[in-house]
Amino acid sequence: MRIAVLVKDVPDLVEELELDESGRALAVDDLSYVPSEWDDQALEEALLLKEASGAHVSAVALDTGDIDNMLYAALAKGADRAVKLVGDYDRTMPGRQRARILADYLADAGYDLVMTGVQAVDDLDGQIAGLLGGMLGWPHASVVRDVAVGSGPVSFVQEYAGGRMAEFRSATPLVLGVQAAKKPPRYVPIARIRQVSRSATLEEVEAGAPSAESTLAVQRLYRPEAQGHATMWEGDAAEVAAALVALLDEQHLRS
Amino acid sequence: MGPIIVVVELQNDAMSPATGELLTRARQLAQARSTRVVALGFGEAARSALAASGADDAVLVVGADPYVPTLAEAALRQMVRETSAGLVLLANTTMGMDLGAATAAAEGRPMVAYVTSLTAVEGGEFTATSQVYAGKLVAEVAVPEGSVLTVLPGSWPADDAVAGGTPVREVAVAPESAMELVRTIEPETGDVDITRADVLVSVGRGIQDPDNLELADELAEALGAVVSCSRPVVDAGWLPRARQVGKSGQTVKPKLYLALGISGAPEHLQGMKDSEIIVAVNSDPAAPIFEVAHYGATCDILELMPLLTELLGEAG
Ligand SMILES: Cc1cc2nc3c(=O)[nH]c(=O)nc-3n(C[C@H](O)[C@H](O)[C@H](O)COP(=O)(O)OP(=O)(O)OC[C@H]3O[C@@H](n4cnc5c(N)ncnc54)[C@H](O)[C@@H]3O)c2cc1C
Repeated sequence: MRIAVLVKDVPDLVEELELDESGRALAVDDLSYVPSEWDDQALEEALLLKEASGAHVSAVALDTGDIDNMLYAALAKGADRAVKLVGDYDRTMPGRQRARILADYLADAGYDLVMTGVQAVDDLDGQIAGLLGGMLGWPHASVVRDVAVGSGPVSFVQEYAGGRMAEFRSATPLVLGVQAAKKPPRYVPIARIRQVSRSATLEEVEAGAPSAESTLAVQRLYRPEAQGHATMWEGDAAEVAAALVALLDEQHLRS
Repeated sequence: MGPIIVVVELQNDAMSPATGELLTRARQLAQARSTRVVALGFGEAARSALAASGADDAVLVVGADPYVPTLAEAALRQMVRETSAGLVLLANTTMGMDLGAATAAAEGRPMVAYVTSLTAVEGGEFTATSQVYAGKLVAEVAVPEGSVLTVLPGSWPADDAVAGGTPVREVAVAPESAMELVRTIEPETGDVDITRADVLVSVGRGIQDPDNLELADELAEALGAVVSCSRPVVDAGWLPRARQVGKSGQTVKPKLYLALGISGAPEHLQGMKDSEIIVAVNSDPAAPIFEVAHYGATCDILELMPLLTELLGEAG
């Protein structure tokens, strides 16, 4: 079983999201980036499959800038191979463009299973798993967990609202948008990633040029207008506790 | 413009509230653009929802239940092509995420996800707003004719029940064998039913460590409340799934929802935004949870919880 895990980085939401002068995009150069949390879940699930049944795991990323560490981290965690798709790319590329480049690469790269995060915080123009499924004409499913691989079809569980789920079996090649791994993503110390970066190599693959296919025109990007922002209780924890107790009393919510 | 296709989803065997919302907006937009609404449902179970859709054309895909992603996608794509659809509306649910992006990509149409508003603009196009960056930003986008949109449930109100009796027409899709359903799994029933609690002490990733859950338990006890949580707390294995609030968990409407260390991602808000009173405590003043909360504070929840427990004990 050959598995490709597609990983990308996204702006770190812990920091302020600065907009550029146009007001239509983020000031991409001023932000800090972290691996997309659901891609991390997909990578973890793939590594667990490797440990359980000897799958071969490749981490694949588009070279949109400063992504080497993310790929070295994947190797340090246990991926067998890291592939960097190189071309004239940058972080402003919409998901649809990224998907097309990935689809062209994946079409004949020989993977049985493609796993990626169910969504990303910036996939305004569609989640990568669905876009790839549609472009490649491969079966695909999103909001997936509990993936199992063997010699035959791949099985997985799909989640719905209210905690309902269903188990499916699918032929390969297959694309899965992973919601959560069986275990929380493993952690590797930075020292270990550094060590790997000195010995391992990232495989560079020249990939296609970005196309303008179905690009969305963003007219404005803005912070949500506070429709009804909370009344804020100022002060330290003790003052907030007192305010909360007063509210409970007022609302007769004390037991 | 070609018709507006609405994908019909069921919840407890009836039309899901999100589908009602889509149909409502579809009817308004269809009128503005002098076109029709086509409601598309999968399998026999969708028949009564389709009959009550108020659509101009209600189409039941026979043999498409229970839901299998590949089959539903084949049916939707066929319908999009045959009708030269002017817009395709889906809820941003599991089904919407399965079918939306794939249909758009396969049929060469633009795709907009996480939509919260959709209006017709002069000159033929539409404008949508979408929630991005976990609700921290809103994107306003031009929506060309032919686009596929997935809409966040609860984005606008649905009309009251429309007159039933829409004739339902059947179509077949070629059986598809790549993917098959093995079994359906019913929700875990937990030790407590969080949907019945008057007060919920709800913890998020801000709880930081499973050992800190004790603080939440003690607070809940002092309050006569029940502990619920956001999804990452469940995924980390710290609390059982039955305690999860949100899109893939439970929808709750307590008298008081105390959100502690929860950022307020759209998937979480979906499950609690109709609570009577929402109090949020989060160290990030820009956290989207404050957009829906009635009261808020930015202090450290690990400090607040024991203080509050103590105060309730003293005065109680
Ligand atoms: C298909 C799908 C379905 C989903 N379903 C659900 C669902 O049902 N329910 C759900 O909750 N999520 C769901 N999610 C996940 C959702 O997108 C978010 O990832 C999740 O809600 C974030 O949880 P959180 O707020 O606890 O964590 P975070 O977003 O990490 O927020 C933690 C917050 O804690 C604050 N904080 C940290 N330390 C402290 C402190 N000491 N004191 C005060 N504040 C502190 C931080 O400022 C931060 O805002 C779903 C996602 C997908 C893709």
